Amino acid sequence: MTQPVSPPRDDTPKVSPVEGPSQWRTLAARADVRTLSLLGVLAALILIGGITKPDEFLDTRNLQLVLTQASVIGVVTVGMTFVITSGGIDLSVGAIVALASVWATTVATQEYGFAGILFTAVIVGVGCGLVNGLLIAYGGMVPFIATLAMFASARGLALQITDGKTQIVTVEGVLDLGGRDAYILGIPPLVMVFALVTVIGWLLLNRTTFGRRSVAVGGNAEAARLAGIDVRRQRLYLYLLSGLCCGVAAFLLIVLSGSGQNTNGNLYELDAIAAAIIGGTLLSGGRGTITGSVLGVLIFTTITNIFALNNLQSDVQQIAKGAIIVAAVLVQRRTASTT
Amino acid sequence: MRKGPTAMPELTSRRGMLFGTAAVGAGVLLSGCTSNESDDEPASNDQPAADDKPGKPVTIGFAGPQADHGWLNAINDNAKSRAKKYKDVTLEITEGSNDTAQQIGQIETLINKKVDVLVVLPADGKALTQVGLQAMRAGIPVVNLDRIFNSPQAYRCWIGGDNYGMGLNAGHYIGEKLKNKKNARVIELAGLDNLELTKQRTQGFDAALKNYPNIKKVARQAAEFTVESGQAKMSQLLQAQSKFDALWNHDDDQGVGALRAIDQAGRDDFLMVGGAGALSAFQAIKQDDGVLKATVLYPPTMAASAIDLARALGQGKGVGGLAEFEIPSSLTLYSAVVDKDNVDQYMSTGFK
Repeated sequence: MTQPVSPPRDDTPKVSPVEGPSQWRTLAARADVRTLSLLGVLAALILIGGITKPDEFLDTRNLQLVLTQASVIGVVTVGMTFVITSGGIDLSVGAIVALASVWATTVATQEYGFAGILFTAVIVGVGCGLVNGLLIAYGGMVPFIATLAMFASARGLALQITDGKTQIVTVEGVLDLGGRDAYILGIPPLVMVFALVTVIGWLLLNRTTFGRRSVAVGGNAEAARLAGIDVRRQRLYLYLLSGLCCGVAAFLLIVLSGSGQNTNGNLYELDAIAAAIIGGTLLSGGRGTITGSVLGVLIFTTITNIFALNNLQSDVQQIAKGAIIVAAVLVQRRTASTT
Repeated sequence: MRKGPTAMPELTSRRGMLFGTAAVGAGVLLSGCTSNESDDEPASNDQPAADDKPGKPVTIGFAGPQADHGWLNAINDNAKSRAKKYKDVTLEITEGSNDTAQQIGQIETLINKKVDVLVVLPADGKALTQVGLQAMRAGIPVVNLDRIFNSPQAYRCWIGGDNYGMGLNAGHYIGEKLKNKKNARVIELAGLDNLELTKQRTQGFDAALKNYPNIKKVARQAAEFTVESGQAKMSQLLQAQSKFDALWNHDDDQGVGALRAIDQAGRDDFLMVGGAGALSAFQAIKQDDGVLKATVLYPPTMAASAIDLARALGQGKGVGGLAEFEIPSSLTLYSAVVDKDNVDQYMSTGFK
């Protein structure tokens, strides 16, 4: 555990040799303010939901619903947070979710039952991540281009496998997992997976050398390399991790929707990036927060939920969503700069 | 890109080998899993053609968009299987494309090949008007399928579905079912709101419901024609409306997700009507053990009829059963309501 780069906390700033301990403290405080302001936005949303639709919004079933809807994109966002923290980007997440979900629901895969579907979804996700990682880390391709290529070809392959058809899941075990009877102590299994992935992601980013290396690579890759970090291998692992998250998310989506379709995961890349950025992860790399990303996902899902409960139409939803993104970021800036 | 110092030796280590073997093994296992073969036949059309007697040989060029969902896929299948039925028809079918420029190129190629008749389902009707005009000027009659060109000069015959009629028939079906119920509540799960056809479907639905003063539409949400969006929007609608009597869902593909959400919420206190005519919907209607009681058609068999019309054009015939010597210039298909009573008749037209 002898690490030359030693940012020990969540939301570590860019690695720079001249930073003293007092700077660390203010930056850490600023990160907490950021999280607090996100919680404030979420609280305001809950207030709005509670006032406009008290019976429907403030309801256990609705809480279960919001968390379930958040779990698929949430798992993708955790992986995306790592990639962005390291200064990269993964535009292929939606396409990987689509490919993994259709590959795992073909007639042939379904013959292997629950385990076959789970295994295929995860392995396809990891496989795509591996290709991304190899191209970027060892092939010297820019992440934007490499993952854009994966975006196109994974969607193409998904279309080829399905032939545009909806693949309906008939494996009982998978279908049951998405039903109300599978809830344990009122918690849907999907939400448990989301929580587990979040906790593992948080520990990995904040409490392991792997996490510190990711931050270091994102802060200054050259400095990280000089400090003895194998930057290329670190990058490979990060895209593998993102692919793994996509595979898990694809499985969750199969459980949730009871099917696989080549249109799955549409625009996930944008949703995941937006949630991570709102959460406080720096798009240029060097700082990442799992807590913030998850809060970002929850904010988006809650907005969608409140709009649907109030029967607002898609046009209004989109306009308001854009406005809320801008407002949330502005509020964060303001609160962060006044402390 | 700068090269790191220690990467390659690591990869050839034993751990690396183990990982490599596992990856290859998984790959072999997986590649066996892409197969989607099943025993049942694809959607075909059994209804007899207007005029089965072989005549003058006709080469038909067919250009459609990329078949990225079930309905469009069924369009291609219907065109191909119909053309195969006729010994005198040769079908030149292009690789489907959603890119306007690419589709224009494909149609120009068909014009240069001097096919006798063109059948075009444009990715975007307005954007492809010019190439339709070009074909007509070159003396190749165009059968415009479903998404209509901007100008009637760009096609000899238009055949397509009726989005307004879909909404109308769905509304009337629900209206009749609920007509003795006081203060009946209806909700609508629409398709992609960016599309004009979604607005037309909603307009038709609202117009039909106006005939039944006891019915009120209490909520409408738009999904995106995908299973995923259908599940997401429907589960929110169910949470928003604790009690309602009927639901119209615009599209059977997103209906798979909607039915999943209804199942997950444990609701069965209303009747549901679908749209388009997917095989899974027909099967659910036939089984009659869920909320889905009917679906209004947007029939993909229109591609088969387009081949019939193109063949008739090429052979200079009219439509059998009609008095005119020529085929009509415009044909709007009826959005029939399929319920338990007539579902068997439509089963073979259901798409996946």
